[in-house]
Amino acid sequence: MNGSLEKDPMLELFVFETLELISQLENIALNSEEANTIESQINEVFRIVHTIKSSAAMMNFENIASLSHSMEDVFYYIRENHPENVDYSALADIVLRSTDFIKNEVNQIQTGNNPNRDASAIVQEINEFLSFLKNENGLSNKNTSLSKKENNEVYGATGENRFKALIFFEDDCQMENIRAFNVLHNLEKAADIISYSPKDIIENQGSAEVIRKSGFDIEFSTDLCIDDVKTILSDTIFLKDLKLETISTAEIIKADHSSKEKSDSNGENSKSTIKQSMISVNVSKLDRLMDLVGELVISQAMVIQNPELEGLALNSFNKASSQLQKVTNELQDAVMSIRMVPLSVTFQKMHRIVRDMGKRLNKEVKLEIIGEETEVDKNIIEHLSDPLIHLARNAVDHGIEPAQERANKGKPTAGKITLEARNEGGDVWIIVRDDGKGLDRKSILQKARQRGILNKPENELTDREIYSYIFLPGFSTNEEVTEFSGRGVGMDVVNKNIEEIGGTVQIDSSPGIGTTISIKIPLTLAIMDGMKVRVGKSIYIIPITSIKESFKVQESTVIRDEANNSEMIMIRGDCCPVLRLHEFFKVKPDTTNLEEGIIVVVENESTVMCLFADELMGVQQVVVKALPRYIKKVNGISGCTVMGNGSVSLIIDVSGLINSS
Amino acid sequence: MAEKHEETLEMEEDTQKGKFLTFSIGKEVYAIEIKFVTEIIGIQPITEVPELPAYVKGIINLRGKIIPVMDVRLRFKKKPMEYNDRTCIIVVEVKGISIGLIVDNVSEVLSIADDDIVPPPDMNKGTENKYIKAIGKVEKEVKLILDCEKLMNDNDVEAISQIA
Repeated sequence: MNGSLEKDPMLELFVFETLELISQLENIALNSEEANTIESQINEVFRIVHTIKSSAAMMNFENIASLSHSMEDVFYYIRENHPENVDYSALADIVLRSTDFIKNEVNQIQTGNNPNRDASAIVQEINEFLSFLKNENGLSNKNTSLSKKENNEVYGATGENRFKALIFFEDDCQMENIRAFNVLHNLEKAADIISYSPKDIIENQGSAEVIRKSGFDIEFSTDLCIDDVKTILSDTIFLKDLKLETISTAEIIKADHSSKEKSDSNGENSKSTIKQSMISVNVSKLDRLMDLVGELVISQAMVIQNPELEGLALNSFNKASSQLQKVTNELQDAVMSIRMVPLSVTFQKMHRIVRDMGKRLNKEVKLEIIGEETEVDKNIIEHLSDPLIHLARNAVDHGIEPAQERANKGKPTAGKITLEARNEGGDVWIIVRDDGKGLDRKSILQKARQRGILNKPENELTDREIYSYIFLPGFSTNEEVTEFSGRGVGMDVVNKNIEEIGGTVQIDSSPGIGTTISIKIPLTLAIMDGMKVRVGKSIYIIPITSIKESFKVQESTVIRDEANNSEMIMIRGDCCPVLRLHEFFKVKPDTTNLEEGIIVVVENESTVMCLFADELMGVQQVVVKALPRYIKKVNGISGCTVMGNGSVSLIIDVSGLINSS
Repeated sequence: MAEKHEETLEMEEDTQKGKFLTFSIGKEVYAIEIKFVTEIIGIQPITEVPELPAYVKGIINLRGKIIPVMDVRLRFKKKPMEYNDRTCIIVVEVKGISIGLIVDNVSEVLSIADDDIVPPPDMNKGTENKYIKAIGKVEKEVKLILDCEKLMNDNDVEAISQIA
């Protein structure tokens, strides 16, 4: 990748390790937010943060080190003091922001720049969070002991007063949340605070808005009488309105009960992240290993089918050679399996995206992941990440309705997105499903009509065909462009990326119930099914996935356009242009007569073309290799492969062929 | 550990220094520095690749590794010749890129002392001339020492790939 990086293995190791640790940390943070506890994983978190800190310090990246140091402080506090009142959502926010920062820095390092962005803003934020945490838990500890005492008192009917205050600040005073915190602080001296809402006044800027609208609600108990309390609270700056009332004991008991129930329900769901023991190996070493195994298979064939052995009675030789064949086959499988990586890392990333999107759009969305252990070739995984991000975003943005709308429709208020992967034969299916409002068939159709891309009468179009229009570049039914979508670029990217790795995308949707997008991808890029076609002495491979059909053509169906020097063939009423491979690749064919050769119909992005070759040689699984770097890019060729006899064949790039002709 | 590695590297450089592999094309004898040479193989079936300059004959399979092959004869704008059993492919590696050079035949490995290597005479710039780095005198004969990097990284290739 980068020259400087290659030269410094220490740096490379640091980058690799840090990125790995950060993604682990993100997962734990998200889990803890969901489970509302971090207790079971605190040691793991501590280890991760500490490792990042020490390796960053060792590599002299001070900003990363100081950031992870303050993170460590927070977790240290949590580990040592077991605080009960932790806003895990806020904690996750802070952790994620820090990991984002570190990720950015690491990327800088990777590209060879000097990472020196200032981390102090985040460090400051973390420290604030920590002090708030300490404060609140100091309080709540007192509180719990107090409320126990109070319960007794309730039964004993002694007279400590309990109040409920609703405070409104003056309009335009700004930073209502901070002011609310001040009120709490002042009140603390004279009273014991039992609860207040909104709860997340410090870490959530949005709480200011809530306070502005519905006021700041505090419940507290004190020995003072109502008038004294009023004076204390009236001292608050920018106070606009104050409502103070005494709470009856019955209410207190009820409230206590419900809070107990709540705390009981917590703490049972703690998810454990999967831990694997791994070593990381440079991919080029694996490629080399695979090359050698391929070569071994060829050499083996050369020995076993050696012409000099013909006619000899070789009993033990045959036994030994079949044993050898078995071992080499197994070896081949083993080498292939090394390149296979589980999808879990890519899938886990979606948690983060769904969560962030949901928060920003104010939608409650749950993500369910099925089959994350499904393994796919490393190269394919790299291409999958972007499409999945787009699809997950689309699902949250367009699919899932706002909670109110969902409630009206009688659906659970929290939307659900399912991400599923499973093996089926030689393919992997990845399915993104949401239970949102589904695609709007009518407006897609209308938009397609507007753009004049309907190629069939409307009543003949199947639902799938209509939905697939959204993959076209620039096609968006969204009226307004938002931060996340509406420009009509996303789905186009999804389709392109998936097609690049030889996959296909399907959409199913039913209005009001949801949308399902299914992606079918091959298990591996390194091996694919190809049709061998011969042109003269050369053999070319056409990927099976792009072949529609092949046939012998009759002269009568060929249309010639002398002026443009082009030929076309009528196939079931459609006109397809003919591309003669021997002309395109400038090789000498056996025949130039269309009737004598064979026509292979290929398709790419719904463009169809007839390729003319001498003959079909059959289907074969081929190991795809890149062309040597020296040759650079050749139009119409995507790579090459070594055939069973050791010769090299070129693999035809159908999309390139169609575009360049 | 690292030190040791460096030492062996130096040793290798040392043993390779001043050694040249010579081969002939037509009547001329050319030489290339031995440190570039990976191996020498006989002529193999070559897969043609479209859109390449004529002197890049195509690609071959070298034990699972795909490498391009260049006909040095055509590179020097000499008349093409049928390949026979004396035709060899010299596999060289320059800056991490492997390439096979098709030559009429390979002769021997020579030591040429530094003193016997002189810069090429400044003749009128022929096409062939620009690939010659120096001239080695061995006894009464003259060997043309080729510049491997220029042989590979010529603008021709880039220019052609740009047109395409």
